[in-house]
Amino acid sequence: MNARAELPLHAPGTAVDKGYIGQSVPRPNAKRLLQGRGAYVDDLRFPQLAHVVFFRSPYAHARLKRLDLSRAAAQPGVIAVFDGRAVAQYCKPWVAVLGHLKGIKSPPQFAIAIERACCQGEAMAAIVAESRAQGEDALQLVEAEWEELPVVCDMEESLAGKYVIHPALGDNICFERKFSTDAVDAAFAKADVVAEETYTFGRHTGVTLESRSILADYNAAEQTLTVYQSTQAPHMMQDIFSRHLDIPEANVRVICKDVGGSFGIKVHVYPDEMATAAISVMLRRPVKFVADRLESFLTDIHAREHKARVRIACTKEGEILAFELWDLTAIGPYSVYPRTSGIEGNQVVNLTGGPYKHQQYRGQTQVVFTNKNVSCQYRGVGHPIAVALTEGIVDVAAEQLGLDPAEFRRRNLIPDDAYPYSFPSGLKFEQLSHHQSLDKLLALMDYAKLRTEQAALRKLGVYRGIGLAAMIEVTNPSPAFYGVGGARISAQDGATLRLDPTGMVTCLASVTEQGQGTEGVFAQIAASAVGVTIDKVRVITGDTGVTPYGGGTWASRGAGIGGEAVLQAGRALRSNILDVATHILGANRGELDIVGNEVVNRLSLESKLTLAELGRVAYFRPDTLPQKFQSELTVTRHYTPRDYGFTFTNGIQACLVEVDVETGFVKLLKHWCVEDCGTVINPMLVDEQLRGGIVQGIGAALFEECLYSEEGQLMNGSMVDYLVPLSAEMPDIVVAHVETPTKQSDLGAKGAGEAGTAGAPAAVMNAINDALRPFKARVTAQPATPQRILEALGKI
Amino acid sequence: MNATWGHASNMDETLLTTLTVNGRTVTRRISARQHLSDFLRDELGLTGAHTGCEHGVCGACTVRVDGLAVRGCLMLAVQADGCKVDTIEGLSDSGEIADLQGAFHRRNALQCGFCTPGMLMSAQELLSSRPDAKRDEIRAHMSGNYCRCTGYHAIVDAIEEVAASRREGRK
Repeated sequence: MNARAELPLHAPGTAVDKGYIGQSVPRPNAKRLLQGRGAYVDDLRFPQLAHVVFFRSPYAHARLKRLDLSRAAAQPGVIAVFDGRAVAQYCKPWVAVLGHLKGIKSPPQFAIAIERACCQGEAMAAIVAESRAQGEDALQLVEAEWEELPVVCDMEESLAGKYVIHPALGDNICFERKFSTDAVDAAFAKADVVAEETYTFGRHTGVTLESRSILADYNAAEQTLTVYQSTQAPHMMQDIFSRHLDIPEANVRVICKDVGGSFGIKVHVYPDEMATAAISVMLRRPVKFVADRLESFLTDIHAREHKARVRIACTKEGEILAFELWDLTAIGPYSVYPRTSGIEGNQVVNLTGGPYKHQQYRGQTQVVFTNKNVSCQYRGVGHPIAVALTEGIVDVAAEQLGLDPAEFRRRNLIPDDAYPYSFPSGLKFEQLSHHQSLDKLLALMDYAKLRTEQAALRKLGVYRGIGLAAMIEVTNPSPAFYGVGGARISAQDGATLRLDPTGMVTCLASVTEQGQGTEGVFAQIAASAVGVTIDKVRVITGDTGVTPYGGGTWASRGAGIGGEAVLQAGRALRSNILDVATHILGANRGELDIVGNEVVNRLSLESKLTLAELGRVAYFRPDTLPQKFQSELTVTRHYTPRDYGFTFTNGIQACLVEVDVETGFVKLLKHWCVEDCGTVINPMLVDEQLRGGIVQGIGAALFEECLYSEEGQLMNGSMVDYLVPLSAEMPDIVVAHVETPTKQSDLGAKGAGEAGTAGAPAAVMNAINDALRPFKARVTAQPATPQRILEALGKI
Repeated sequence: MNATWGHASNMDETLLTTLTVNGRTVTRRISARQHLSDFLRDELGLTGAHTGCEHGVCGACTVRVDGLAVRGCLMLAVQADGCKVDTIEGLSDSGEIADLQGAFHRRNALQCGFCTPGMLMSAQELLSSRPDAKRDEIRAHMSGNYCRCTGYHAIVDAIEEVAASRREGRK
């Protein structure tokens, strides 16, 4: 007999009935999206809806000497015009710092900037009109006089501090962190081989296909604010709207219906969105702002933009002794609220060298202000940088040692039996599977055969390259990520499960759905835990007025944290259902179980009572139950990971490319990924999420870069000019798994959402450099454009 | 037509326009500058075509006009006067692309779903005009539709599967 009840799903030596967990079940909620019947913010219709457009700074840094909105205000359809001071009456500014990022500093930021623009695109005034088109018409009539100020665009210039962007802060350094173990210099002194290289990473952005969208609806009679928002973290936003608009938290409700992609773009506080909410309060009517694509490029958070030097010390036997890192990154004029822009650099320091067993490590990051758009946490947060630095320099060292890159990695990856493990930067790893993953990858891709083929083709003038990238990833963060620093961001998530009278199970969960399949996997977990078929489960997410309190979607945490809450709630509901069944049937509770929507005899599986009948009795005829018995067919459970600061995952990717050494074009031939995200709840969903992540990582490696002029003007801020991967350039991507469940939870799931993006840029870069090896050329700048490749080859 | 640019009041000139949308004839006074996507979304409440870029690149607003896949953001609504326009809602209700929708669902060839209506429109155009399309041709044809979530692999799989099953059905 299968044991369904209280064991962890990964309990050794026990055949636990996992139900739908591990099955590739199609997502129930995908059907509406397939018919164009989803509900994104811009699809909602409201009476009296007003539209807000923003007058944005054309300059990267300038003082607004005079602003005249009177002509705009007089245009047809214009309802109101506001400058920064007017909106500030209703919306308090914020300063994005956190207590655990020692020394981080940032100036106050207003919903609408007052007098000074610190980057191109910063909102300086708002025009509210009956239609978006009328608002944009009026925008043409805003009169502004500007005094241009010195522009700091280059991060090294910013660091040098010749011109300080925010004089009150004293310098341009937002945050710095230095870390060192005690014998780094000794390790480098005794090394037989030291390799060093400098890498640069372009700025890029998320390009969610649905742009940032918000519809704020203030009800003056109730003094309630209902915000329909395309966001990843509705409870965080509820708290922020409450505190900054001075409305009691209980009076703020944030609803996110369908969200058209997030990738970390939609987990931050944006000034124009705060202004929209404030204006709804000011005008006492619903107000909508949907960023158009040009605004998205200018104002959605950007990410990356690092210049980093990395050094590795090895023995001649091929043992890595130490890593050393100097990272410099630029974040625009403000640290982004409330998560701050110090996290990415901090992660680069935490994670560099991550998969390897060296004992000595020194790392530092400096995070500086510039007059470009703000940058902050985007999918992978620091990982793509750290993995590329690590895996790039590991390949250089392998070459100097005359070792095959796979073999060099095998000698240095942390052994699979070394856990729990403390990494020199202070990270704790519960259990990783680097060697198992490496072996699986090499077999999957037939590494040896590809190497033979590569050598044969080289003789024919065909330059193929194979790149490997091993990695670790932060998932399932505990309060150590944000909460300890004072951010009101929940590391805990919850789920409420209710048996309805018809035998249906309703699941309300605080993790949100951005398309990754939250609602689908929660339905799988709930159905499995309760004992119903998946068609009997409805999942509701994204409404602070309805769901338990929780963090939402970020840091690869939804399945691991929210899923465990659903599992525990499902088990509790099952137990409560069996209590009711015991009374109805007059049976011995131990004899009963729930299978296939029915209470059954645990041993014979003979049907005793349908859940629909049980629901009817519990809700409509409780008079037939014992007088002292109260059924509880709604239960709520929460889960917070606490044993480790983060539940690390590991994985390894490989990329096969062909470089045309005459044109510098890179053709991606194939990509492989072996990932260990613990319990795989739905292989099909995980695989496609990994592939999507890999493709975003490929975009970073080959195409995507926000290019700024020296004057701080974004030069490619449209979909025509900013290149993202399209289906024709992308290869087939083979995904496989090693499953090492986390023992912290009964579900055992770790995160998977960012792994693809974390590892792919390194794999692609290493593949290109492997292809260029015969020419002794290396590309160390991402994206590796044809121009950069030809420059590396000395052809231009 | 008065072409005085920059003067807001002239922007609202309207034209009486009649078109057939998902088999139903509609007549509206349409602002001359309104593009077809906004007309479908704002005037008719057909929100399945999504405006992802409004400069003709992302493909999320793809609809069918007189049988051809068209970027709804690059065509003015008044240009559709006398035309037959089909949207994702119409194709869903008629059952014309039920097999594509089924394959996308089974293979999880969508995540956030914002690109999906346009993807399905383009896929249907490809399979209607080139039923023998191979994997690389599918990849090339679908390159007018951005997807930021999936990595495209499952989308290509789904279209390939439907191409094969339709070929099978024709035999």
